[in-house]
Amino acid sequence: MAEFFTSFGFWGQAVWIVIKILVIVAPLLTAVAYLTYAERKVLSAMHLRRGPNVVGPFGLLQPIADGLKLFLKETVIPSGANRAVFILAPCVTFILALIAWAVIPFGPGLVLADINVGILYLFAISSLGVYGILMAGWASNSRYAFLGALRSAAQMVSYEVSMGFIIITVLLFAGSLNLTDIVMAQKNIWFVFPLLPMAVIFFVSTLAETNRHPFDLAEAEAELVAGFNVEYSAMTFALFFLGEYANMILMSAMTTILFLGGWLPPADVALFTWIPGPVWFAFKVAAVLFVFIWVRGTFPRYRYDQLMRLGWKVFLPLSLASVAIVGGLVAYGLSPVAG
Amino acid sequence: MTEAHIQNFNLNFGPQHPSAHGVLRLVLEMDGEVIDRADPHVGLLHRGTEKLIESKTYLQAVPYFDRLDYVAPQNQEHAFALATEKLLGIQAPPRGQSIRVVYAEIGRCLNHIFTTCAFAMDVGAMTPMLWGFEERELLMEFCERVSGARMHMGYFRPGGVAFDMPDGLAEDIYKWAEHFPTFIDDCESLLTENRIFKQRTVDIGAITADQALDWGFTGPNLRAAGVPWDLRKAQPYDGYEQLDFDIPVGKHGDCYDRYLIRIAEMRECTKIIKQCLDQMPDGAVKSDNFKISPPPRGEMKRSMEALIHHFKLYTEGYHVPAGDTYTAVEAPKGEFAVYLVSDGTNKPYRCKIRPPGFAHLQALELLSKGHMLADVVANIGSLDIVFGEIDR
Repeated sequence: MAEFFTSFGFWGQAVWIVIKILVIVAPLLTAVAYLTYAERKVLSAMHLRRGPNVVGPFGLLQPIADGLKLFLKETVIPSGANRAVFILAPCVTFILALIAWAVIPFGPGLVLADINVGILYLFAISSLGVYGILMAGWASNSRYAFLGALRSAAQMVSYEVSMGFIIITVLLFAGSLNLTDIVMAQKNIWFVFPLLPMAVIFFVSTLAETNRHPFDLAEAEAELVAGFNVEYSAMTFALFFLGEYANMILMSAMTTILFLGGWLPPADVALFTWIPGPVWFAFKVAAVLFVFIWVRGTFPRYRYDQLMRLGWKVFLPLSLASVAIVGGLVAYGLSPVAG
Repeated sequence: MTEAHIQNFNLNFGPQHPSAHGVLRLVLEMDGEVIDRADPHVGLLHRGTEKLIESKTYLQAVPYFDRLDYVAPQNQEHAFALATEKLLGIQAPPRGQSIRVVYAEIGRCLNHIFTTCAFAMDVGAMTPMLWGFEERELLMEFCERVSGARMHMGYFRPGGVAFDMPDGLAEDIYKWAEHFPTFIDDCESLLTENRIFKQRTVDIGAITADQALDWGFTGPNLRAAGVPWDLRKAQPYDGYEQLDFDIPVGKHGDCYDRYLIRIAEMRECTKIIKQCLDQMPDGAVKSDNFKISPPPRGEMKRSMEALIHHFKLYTEGYHVPAGDTYTAVEAPKGEFAVYLVSDGTNKPYRCKIRPPGFAHLQALELLSKGHMLADVVANIGSLDIVFGEIDR
């Protein structure tokens, strides 16, 4: 089919890319919608309650009803707000959460842009995510939102440092910045086994990176009411919400690719290999997402300074040390990756 | 270069704030995230309870006490019932006293479940809250079965309690008291040894024993600071002296100790409830002086005198001999007291209410100064603030 479109020259190619994007984005947005449903259901099971169960069978239409409600509500823009930035902020968050998916490989060859520096692109995009929150906090002209934005900026920056180092350890093993190559390097053994402590630190950092419990200081409802999005309503709020959940899925996908062997089955056994790669990928992402929700149901929230201490005084030295150790292993030919 | 003028940041915390526990308005002066000054404003829930009581008969005053600390309504009624009884010079019959103790302890559990779980929610753990409300529901059912009302019981009356317990209730309460510690264990498994929870609460909002006494602390907040003072032991009422229970005492007076004290007190509550139910005497539940407590309904159909008593009680009420009393009970939040002045008529001349939360709230500045914004929230949660009683 690709040849069919490319035979029409530039415009044909453009149409083909749009189709590919839609094939990624449409299931992604559905996944985001049903992630909110899954979160509510899983949390309610932990809370000994039922969760959404009225709209549709088992409440399955609840996310659609929620989306429709937010769509139909009035978008309130506070009089003191900077209108342009105020509206731009949720768009930035949402767009950044979507464009990162361009480099995620769902299976062998199933990737929109198989670029050589995929991991750097991913890292860059997820770092930019902080701008959406900063802009929202500043443009709202509200003290709660402002404090939330300040916290979130500090938090995302500090956790990215250790995340970067952990990614380096993975890169040292895999020997490539291309995400498909990183997955293929895990053919023999998933990186989560040789790099277990790093995988844990990475996962905790992704919690901080996505502003999720126990690091959801930017929107800590007990202190800052709703933090950076306190002034947002209707679709502008919905975009933040969708962005946050798309980011959660993105970070889970990143964890899956870096540590859980991407689309590779757990073992090269006939029964496992029958299941197609993208399904494995989805399974693994869902498992990581479950942990996201599980953590939310279990832990209290960190305080701002404790969060910074954890990031700079615990995770950073550990991840730095791990870079040295893994580098040493690779230098002496002890890498688990053959070749 | 001109000298930069750095202005502190004022944050209006509440009254519509999810952690304000009702209608607390807190004006925070902040240096970044650090609190310079915390100025609690009260009065947004002022309903004039004390003044209203002055124009009601003694019995009509009872429901107002439910609506003070609506988390544990019966304990407030208890103070008023005891105060009125003292002025009248009567005592509730033993069974009435015992039922009152059972329900006062149920009220303590209602309160402590709410407080510990809401505190957990304030520091960000939301699961205990939902588990706790499941348990509170069971307790409210017990309240409903004995009085007809889930929350505002209106059950502790001067002279005893309104009705006897229905059949089977005592057994159900006993069963609940047996299983309740497993709920406490579950909650503790999520909180007590959780590192994040400890980081958020240990050494936060610490107060020394002397400071606590100076600020008028009572109840669990005082005991957490290391002062073993509990009115149930210090000046027992309604037969607490015959019961075997311990008073948990803390050491550091910080949020964590306040939480631990409440958890330990809930365990003691189950001990008290079980003992009361085991030793529950038979007999009347309210005073047999029909000038104070209404005669049985059957009697009213037969006896002219009973009919007159009933009519007088529900129109004029009873006259209380002139005098005054300061009567305190150990409510779940601390020393809840009523200063009741009677001028010999059927209505109180003055009814001053001493809510424990008021004294606790004023120490918020002391506890929060120099801490961070998130700690203010933890402090409010651990002090157990309910605005119904503070604003009255």
